[in-house]
Amino acid sequence: MTISLKPSNSSPEKLQPTGWLKYLSFSLDHKVIGLQYLVCGFFFYLIGGSLAGAIRVELISPLSDFMPREVYNQVLTLHGTIMIFLWIVPVVNGAFGNYLIPFYVGARDMAFPRLNAVAFWLIPPSGLMLISSYFINGAAQSGWTAYPPLSITTPAAGQIIWILSVLLLGGSSIFGGINFIATILKLRRPGLKLMQLPMYCWAMLGTSILVVLSTPVLAGTLILLSFDIVAHTGFFNPSLGGNVIVYQHLFWFYSHPAVYIMVLPAFGLVSEILPIHSRKPLFGYTTMVFSIMGIVVLGLIVWAHHMFTSGTPPWMRLFFTIATAFIAVPTGIKFFNWVATLWGGKISLNAAMLFSCGFIINFVLGGITGVALAQVPFDVHVHDTYFVVAHFHYIVYGGSVFVIFSSIYHWFPKFTGKMLNENLGRFHFIITFIGFNLCFAPQHWLGLNGMPRRVAEYDPQFQLINQISSVGALLMALSTLPFLWNIIQSIFFGEEAGDNPWNALTPEWLTSSPPPVENWDGEAPLVLEPYGYGKKDSNETQEAIR
Amino acid sequence: MPKLSAILTLTTSLILGVVGVWVAYNVDMLPVSASMNAPVYDELYRVLFIIGVILFIGMTALVIYSLINFRRRPGETGDGIDLEGNISLEIFWTAVPAIVVLFVGLYSYDIYDRMGGMQPLMHDHSGQMDNHSERVWGGIGSGPIESSSNKNSSSLPIELTAMQFAFIFHYPKGDIITGELHVPVGREVSLKMESKDVIHAFWVPQFRLKQDVIPGQPTILNFTPTKAGNFPIVCAELCGPYHGGMRSNVIVDEQEDFDTWLKENSKESIVSS
Repeated sequence: MTISLKPSNSSPEKLQPTGWLKYLSFSLDHKVIGLQYLVCGFFFYLIGGSLAGAIRVELISPLSDFMPREVYNQVLTLHGTIMIFLWIVPVVNGAFGNYLIPFYVGARDMAFPRLNAVAFWLIPPSGLMLISSYFINGAAQSGWTAYPPLSITTPAAGQIIWILSVLLLGGSSIFGGINFIATILKLRRPGLKLMQLPMYCWAMLGTSILVVLSTPVLAGTLILLSFDIVAHTGFFNPSLGGNVIVYQHLFWFYSHPAVYIMVLPAFGLVSEILPIHSRKPLFGYTTMVFSIMGIVVLGLIVWAHHMFTSGTPPWMRLFFTIATAFIAVPTGIKFFNWVATLWGGKISLNAAMLFSCGFIINFVLGGITGVALAQVPFDVHVHDTYFVVAHFHYIVYGGSVFVIFSSIYHWFPKFTGKMLNENLGRFHFIITFIGFNLCFAPQHWLGLNGMPRRVAEYDPQFQLINQISSVGALLMALSTLPFLWNIIQSIFFGEEAGDNPWNALTPEWLTSSPPPVENWDGEAPLVLEPYGYGKKDSNETQEAIR
Repeated sequence: MPKLSAILTLTTSLILGVVGVWVAYNVDMLPVSASMNAPVYDELYRVLFIIGVILFIGMTALVIYSLINFRRRPGETGDGIDLEGNISLEIFWTAVPAIVVLFVGLYSYDIYDRMGGMQPLMHDHSGQMDNHSERVWGGIGSGPIESSSNKNSSSLPIELTAMQFAFIFHYPKGDIITGELHVPVGREVSLKMESKDVIHAFWVPQFRLKQDVIPGQPTILNFTPTKAGNFPIVCAELCGPYHGGMRSNVIVDEQEDFDTWLKENSKESIVSS
């Protein structure tokens, strides 16, 4: 492996295809791989979104009348699995991580470029396999949680394909995590200290630690579950003496950290976007770093809060209540610091900024309902209801997906060298924000009043609120159109962006747009103050950049 | 100037607090409360709601104020102020959420205890406890149902069997089997629950209680209805295609009506008539 500060002459990239074909190839370039993750993830987002649309159509009326009940359960299982494993996790980690981390640490590529390409190329086949299971014998229909014994008693083919594809996606995630840890810790440009790295590096370091520690547990659990299904073992099958609660512990040991795997990188991306568009240093860098690591540690010891109605013993309920509620403290620090970053800035109200601020507002609401849900007595009423559905969509859509859109508006000029249309972007934000809140805010009421989640039919008294929610979903679906149009027309006819349209100080902007294969033509720049806005000397740096 | 901003901050937080309390007491999002647990639950809900409203409105207002007040005016150039952090501010907004979270945690522990959630922990030294609340709220129980109801001789034992896609209730007294739960007002009911196939969950929104019904591991749920009426029983754990249709009713009767129902439906009375 030849990763030096100077461009190497015998680069493996020289053998790679050029032009648009490189995006379909086994490219080793971290920038190509990042964009492969992004486009592939967006493709699956459209599929997962269509499935969500089907769910909202079914719920317009209280009867199960739009699709067969079995198909409804397949749709909700696929929706959850696709959105988590094929859209949010690969995009906030794989896409932006691969594109940005080598720039941020001053490297020419990731530590293990081949492993990186393998990690990406596991995703399209396992995603397509997952979706194709619907056409074989019906997809899995036990929810993305696949709780036994339901997952053992429903048709085996779909469930096994589901397990296989989640295993492959988990493998891809682990490869990525190892690669990020190695790159951040070992490939830093000489002279660059850990505490001088942009915040997204810290977020990715924390996330990758979670990935490496918890994903293998999910893999082991799913392998045992597949034994129960195909070999009729009895790990989780109560009729053979198995224990269904053990599965839930093992599953949530991964799947609660999975929430942080989706959200921590988003925190990191927002920490990059806010300072640039408000022209101010990131407020409280050190506390931000410690709060990320605090979330990592706490995130590993809160899993049983998903099991408060499972019959967990009282001491366990108490421990997990306290641990969960305390995650609010490091998370709160981050939010106060972001608001303080805005304070006294010169804020450009562009699409990237608006989506990031939309994220702050949505996530605060999701965080508040999260602290409430952590309280055992509160949770026993609303557990497994639409209140929980509203809560986690405020976290993963209102949080992570808003940040993904913000990041696309922010880094599109770097990816392509073209600007996106800001007015279309603001329009996209307004429709998405209204649609999202119209869709999910009313669901809090539904849950409190007695509508369980994952149902195709419901008490007719909930019809009006469900219809309002479906209108919101329609707006969310429509909001994709101005976004897609913006992307397509900007690629072909967009205004030239120049190398550094935002006058940013982070290293990815200190090269051409799009960057050359080895990131910098000369030596990698040494950026010791990635957030040095408003400083006299940094203004001089900016002049120099211009 | 600092005096003015201090007064301004103080008044804003006061107004915010008043708004929070007002909203929590005037926006009622919960269904009727119909069990002894429900008013306790609603108390916790209200406190969480007050804190939530204050936090949400406060943060949203800060973001929107910043976006409007610090927006870049047309033709404006240059950077914002060079402000990298403020240790005392950061300590302040670490400490305040920590205190709030600690308060919420302790408060919800108290609520949990009042709901009877801590009872199994105290079994070992229950001799020293005054036995005014011998309630076991719920959880995985072992042994016959009598063992959990012995402590409180007045509780009504009922066995619940859940299966795809129905709840079946069995009253040991009178040997009644029914698909609808009949219980009297004001008497503790002790449900012993077992599943025949997959995981289900027993949920009565008006009772604010939910407990999974787990195959292979019997669970217990104790509650005391306080309001006569007809309330839905909802399965809350995905259990298969007809999960949404797995619903029943709990009919809470006055004691006399319940006794009549029990008498009319019990095996002995059917046999003798």
